[in-house]
Amino acid sequence: MDARVIELEIRNDVSEIEGVVERVRQECEEMRFARTQLMLNLPVALTEALSNAILRGNQDDPRKCVRVHARIDMSVLIVDVMDEGAGFDLDACLTDPTTQDRLHREDGRGLFLMQKLMDRVERFAGSPGPGGKGGAGNVVRLTLRRAS
Amino acid sequence: MSFTTKKQDGVVIMEIEGQLIVGNRQELKQKMLEELEKGGRKFLIDFDKTGYIDSSGLGVLVSLSKKIREQGGDLRLANLNEDLRTLFELTKLDTLFQIAETREQALASF
Repeated sequence: MDARVIELEIRNDVSEIEGVVERVRQECEEMRFARTQLMLNLPVALTEALSNAILRGNQDDPRKCVRVHARIDMSVLIVDVMDEGAGFDLDACLTDPTTQDRLHREDGRGLFLMQKLMDRVERFAGSPGPGGKGGAGNVVRLTLRRAS
Repeated sequence: MSFTTKKQDGVVIMEIEGQLIVGNRQELKQKMLEELEKGGRKFLIDFDKTGYIDSSGLGVLVSLSKKIREQGGDLRLANLNEDLRTLFELTKLDTLFQIAETREQALASF
């Protein structure tokens, strides 16, 4: 089966997240990704990446947008989530939310879940936003190898 | 996505249909806190019809649990599917919440 490519540009609004997740999930289902990957790994990790882009990268600014590029084939999903923010140090932001002192906190599980649920999570500088607006941009790349 | 509130044997039961994520977590929080303000002290969240939960959704559950405990109440969870259980285990939130297999077991545990 040929690889599928999804290119999306969404408003900087968390209400857009479910639609993107469902679109990518449908393609992964076509490629026969495992049920748990379709029901847990992909939706949770992609939701985290998108909400980070919208709320942190783009600082909830409705004038900004988020771009998504996903490539899916029979062996792997690679999805890039691009915002217009200044970026962040992935390793520096990664804390363990399961320690006793952090377990009762409301926040701090997003990056942790991405790391746990994906085979690989990377961050790097992206291209400028649409029309050259915004900063250099920030890309979070999620990689999930297909399990059968 | 919808939240449905029911009451049974003095327990406020919240059913979550669909996802519990960043876009709707505040709605759940508001509905639960309204019940707490009205005097509810025993709470059960039923995940039988729930899809997936993100970190924001988990965070709201932690926050609600704390607020309910501060008012002398109790929050129990029930009907987590295998994927949701995995999520709670990954984050060790299975150690923070009382999780029952079924709604009936949860109700009986109050």
